[in-house]
Amino acid sequence: MSRKLGALIIGPGNIGTDLLMKMARSEWIEPRWMVGIEPQSEGLKRAAAMGLRTSAQGVAGALPHVLDDDIRIAFDATSAYAHAENARLLNQLGVMMIDLTPAAIGPFCVPPVNLAEHVRAARMNVNMVTCGGQATIPMVAAVSRVQPVDYGEIVASVSSRSVGPGTRRNIDEFTRTTAAAVETVGGARRGKAIIIVNPAEPPLIMRDTVHVLTQGAPDQQKITESVQAMLAEVQKYVPGYRLVNGPVFDDRRVSLFLEVEGLGDFLPKYAGNLDIMTAAALRTAELFAVEAAEGRIALPARGQGGKP
Amino acid sequence: MNTTGERKVILHEMSLRDGMHPLRHQMSTAQMVAVACAADEAGIPWIEVSHGDGLGGSSVNYGFAAHDDLDYLRAVVPRMKQAKVSALLLPGIGTVDMLKQAMDCGISGVRIATHCTEADCAEQHIRHAAGTGIDTVGFLMMAHRASPEKLAEQARLMESYGAGTVYCTDSAGYLLPADVTARIGALRDALRPETGVGFHGHNNLGMAIANSLAAVQAGAGRIDGALAGLGAGAGNAATEQLVAVFNRMGIATGVDLFGVQDAAEDLVVPMMERPIRVDRSSLILGYAGVYSSFLLFAERAEQRYGIPARDLLIELGRQGMVGGQEDMIEDLALTMRAKASQQG
Repeated sequence: MSRKLGALIIGPGNIGTDLLMKMARSEWIEPRWMVGIEPQSEGLKRAAAMGLRTSAQGVAGALPHVLDDDIRIAFDATSAYAHAENARLLNQLGVMMIDLTPAAIGPFCVPPVNLAEHVRAARMNVNMVTCGGQATIPMVAAVSRVQPVDYGEIVASVSSRSVGPGTRRNIDEFTRTTAAAVETVGGARRGKAIIIVNPAEPPLIMRDTVHVLTQGAPDQQKITESVQAMLAEVQKYVPGYRLVNGPVFDDRRVSLFLEVEGLGDFLPKYAGNLDIMTAAALRTAELFAVEAAEGRIALPARGQGGKP
Repeated sequence: MNTTGERKVILHEMSLRDGMHPLRHQMSTAQMVAVACAADEAGIPWIEVSHGDGLGGSSVNYGFAAHDDLDYLRAVVPRMKQAKVSALLLPGIGTVDMLKQAMDCGISGVRIATHCTEADCAEQHIRHAAGTGIDTVGFLMMAHRASPEKLAEQARLMESYGAGTVYCTDSAGYLLPADVTARIGALRDALRPETGVGFHGHNNLGMAIANSLAAVQAGAGRIDGALAGLGAGAGNAATEQLVAVFNRMGIATGVDLFGVQDAAEDLVVPMMERPIRVDRSSLILGYAGVYSSFLLFAERAEQRYGIPARDLLIELGRQGMVGGQEDMIEDLALTMRAKASQQG
């Protein structure tokens, strides 16, 4: 019996395709379906060539096959607007949702900070925050687990080529969602997020700066150790996650200057912003799969429809 | 001396927004009110009031302001007799929610700013602002980094979202008069006749007045100035100089020259923490094409890490850093210091 969980990818764009390429290497997640809404989608063609079943009818196209094909996890790389309905339809069938849109129906998930907690609770919907959130919140948490953080601020600089039309049309979603997760997941009493789109050629690798203001003087040694430990945790799934400079200690300010180079699976290496989202989403699904295989969490019960 | 006749150029006063940069965003509400009232009295039609980096700019990255944007607006707006007050908003830093709050404080206009090639990041903000009926301006920053054709294409996007005016914004003070002529001409040609065109200059190469003139001659109807030039880098085009020059040229601004002169000398100059002039660092902003508000950050990095501000600014320009990437200044200083110590 395969321990792998069958997966559906919703949205055949850059994120969905990069996710598919990473998933094809996974020991725990097996990509079985990809759906989109454009019949001519290159992403759907590519998925079909890789042996996936595809539909251009959106989630509706895959729903009748969810039980037969034993789809247990769905990754939604569409839009906040579409996600609500996708989640409702798939959750009804016992499919767990990993939400890469800004919808945030489920709780925020930043793997090295709170994934274990979501897995223990066997959540049916988790949200992957934003690219800037995945790149920075681990470091806000690395400080806040040492001492209280009054304020956390993150600045994500991304190459113009890596920012799609959806993000551009709704850039406030980025700042709002990321700031909220800096507070709820990062542990800052107050959070702020800034995103800068840079058109330089050749494209700049994603840069992320974390500024926090600690309560009282920062414990420099403990914070440095905590940051180094967190760096290693993120590097487990994003090898190109680097601390370029810092921690800088300046009165109550602690600043960290990070860089995120992607694996270059489908998106170029400079697009670390997209890579860290797909890598974090897959890591999330994998931990659910491991825990299910080890019998520590129970997947939603199903009838005889599922494959053995 | 009053000019009469039809107003031909609309002046927009920047000292209470761009001027926040050299004052580290520490202006008091009393200072703001005093300057705004003098500008209003002198007949300046528009006055911008915000953190230097716009609504929501108050941060570790850009500097915390002495007061909340809304407190500044609440203090200034009710005191205006004829001047209208605008706020600046940079998508990615400020949000539509912040714009709504500023509108509740009575602003009459908003200027939505993006890097000159990223106008589509402003769609939701421009659409919202235009939908409410307030004066909505698209503000294409670092305009030297886009060709006139590219700038015109981006301006058309902003127009399509609902911007009534689009600015060519020389954030680095890099443009020369012929560059301004080409860009304003391209915007004028590309945009609908009823869409306004504006120019915002910085004096880093000593070109702010000449560039503003070039802009007017190429068809710009709105020009930004700052009393005593109080703005980032070597400052903006000085409002009193603009008024004097436009008077000489017979271009009506509706602004009283002596009034703005007195406001500049008596109110704004005494507020300055440093002379706003083309100095060793600010000249390099214009020379290397770097966002003017990087100035103080580069000097601070020099003090802390011993890397000359001039070297930092030239390298930041070479790397193509854009407005808002102030964090990369300290990062670069750390990297350059590490490299120097390896070589040493």
